[in-house]
Amino acid sequence: MHGLINRSLQCFLHDTYGQGSWEAVVREAGLPLNTFEAMLTYEDALTEQVVTAAVAVLGRPRETLLEDLGHYLVSRESQSTLRRLLRFSGVNFVDFVTSLEDLPERARLVLPNLEVPDLDLRDHGKGQFSLLCTAPLLGSGHVIVGLLRAMADDYGALVLLEHRGERNGSEEISIQIADQTFNVPRPFNLGMAVA
Amino acid sequence: MAQQGRLTTDVTLPGAAFSKLMPMYVMLSAEGVIIGYGPTIGRLLSGRGLGTYLFDIFEVRRPAGVTSVAMLREHEAEKLHLVLRNTARPITFRGIAVALADNAGFLLNLSFGINVVDAASHYALTEADFAPTDLAVEMMYLVESNAAAMTALGNLAARMEDDKVTAEAQALTDTLTGLGNRRALTLVLEAIFRSKAPFAIMHIDLDFFKAVNDSLGHAAGDHVLQAVAQTLQRETRREDTVARVGGDEFIVILPGVTDVMRLKSTASRIIAELSEPHEYDGEACRISASIGIAISTTYQTPTADRMQADADEALYASKRAGRGQALVFHPDGDDRRRA
Repeated sequence: MHGLINRSLQCFLHDTYGQGSWEAVVREAGLPLNTFEAMLTYEDALTEQVVTAAVAVLGRPRETLLEDLGHYLVSRESQSTLRRLLRFSGVNFVDFVTSLEDLPERARLVLPNLEVPDLDLRDHGKGQFSLLCTAPLLGSGHVIVGLLRAMADDYGALVLLEHRGERNGSEEISIQIADQTFNVPRPFNLGMAVA
Repeated sequence: MAQQGRLTTDVTLPGAAFSKLMPMYVMLSAEGVIIGYGPTIGRLLSGRGLGTYLFDIFEVRRPAGVTSVAMLREHEAEKLHLVLRNTARPITFRGIAVALADNAGFLLNLSFGINVVDAASHYALTEADFAPTDLAVEMMYLVESNAAAMTALGNLAARMEDDKVTAEAQALTDTLTGLGNRRALTLVLEAIFRSKAPFAIMHIDLDFFKAVNDSLGHAAGDHVLQAVAQTLQRETRREDTVARVGGDEFIVILPGVTDVMRLKSTASRIIAELSEPHEYDGEACRISASIGIAISTTYQTPTADRMQADADEALYASKRAGRGQALVFHPDGDDRRRA
């Protein structure tokens, strides 16, 4: 698994639950290391070990933990890189959602071996979409739900999101966009931080 | 042969359609006066510029000499390089101008050049400032994500370099000879002082080693150092520590050995063996060794620094006395030092 994924998981657990919790997860998971490097590649099994251990150590449901991870990736203040890169995908939330299928390709433009979930979008009209998410890590759909929730806030959209469970190896997410101009969007300029 | 487009009739578009299709268009009269522009050009010009002569606002850099409508007509439908005049930082544009029907003027369409990221920062552009078909936004995405990835890689490289430096600092082995290094020696001395066991320090310096290096080269010198290391290990016990602490300097720690005669005989054996010629590449390398010894039991309160300094002094007394010998340091009652 790409180190960026493991590293994100580590930062999320560390920033949200503290250094002590991260160390407890490392011990519980029996990891051969105590920090992941974003630009190295690790055994696939390690990611699952960390998630399983975090669920055990923190006593939180896997679904909640993964959704919080998705939300954290976009909304954490310390690092707005992913939030900015995602905002390049669309002028508004509808535009963003309808470009979701391009997300894996966008990611691979920069990190060719990053394992981004395969996303398949169905447009049911009237702001109703369903998204099929296929990825090796069980519960990846919950990460996407958290990420979409945070992006909806960023775009100022009022959105109903629901994880509909797993079917034929894919997780289904329903997206209902009630009002995409519900709030003032967070500002986004294309140019990097204006000096 | 280039394919022709396939539209045979002239069409007219409402003004708003130009803005949607080409947010960076500039409409010119037959005289070259700006009579309209798209919203993104409007943002760049802060809404000014209507009624102004094109060449007062833009400079055409290439092709050279396009400074009038007549010249623009000559270069119709060619790729133009332009810059906006009177801006703090030069923003470059690519452009193409085509004549309107009935010589009514020109349509000039622009796009940002390679410095689109600069332009986006400078003018705080958003995706709405670009046509949906324009890949400029994707280019900005790539520039930014690439920068993020390169930063992450740079950080990784810096951390790996730190780790390497730390690992080297923590290493205990001299890579040439496989003996301990000065750091290993320090650890052994710390341990022996903690245990309060009696011991001796033997400081060995090779004689004539520089001559071998100078006359036969560094490879021969390295070969000699490796042979010396083997000799020292052969002539000492398993519980002794042999460390290489300088180019041709070695220190041996001998726990439990305090007898002067025994130390002198070990030293003599070492000197005798090191004085045998070492063969390297058909050449005989001749060296010898001088040795200084300090014994912990000859001090009231021995310290590592003091004993090392005294062994060193005894070593230089051996050198002064004609090399190829060993001397033991004796601290006096009044703390005067003599070898």
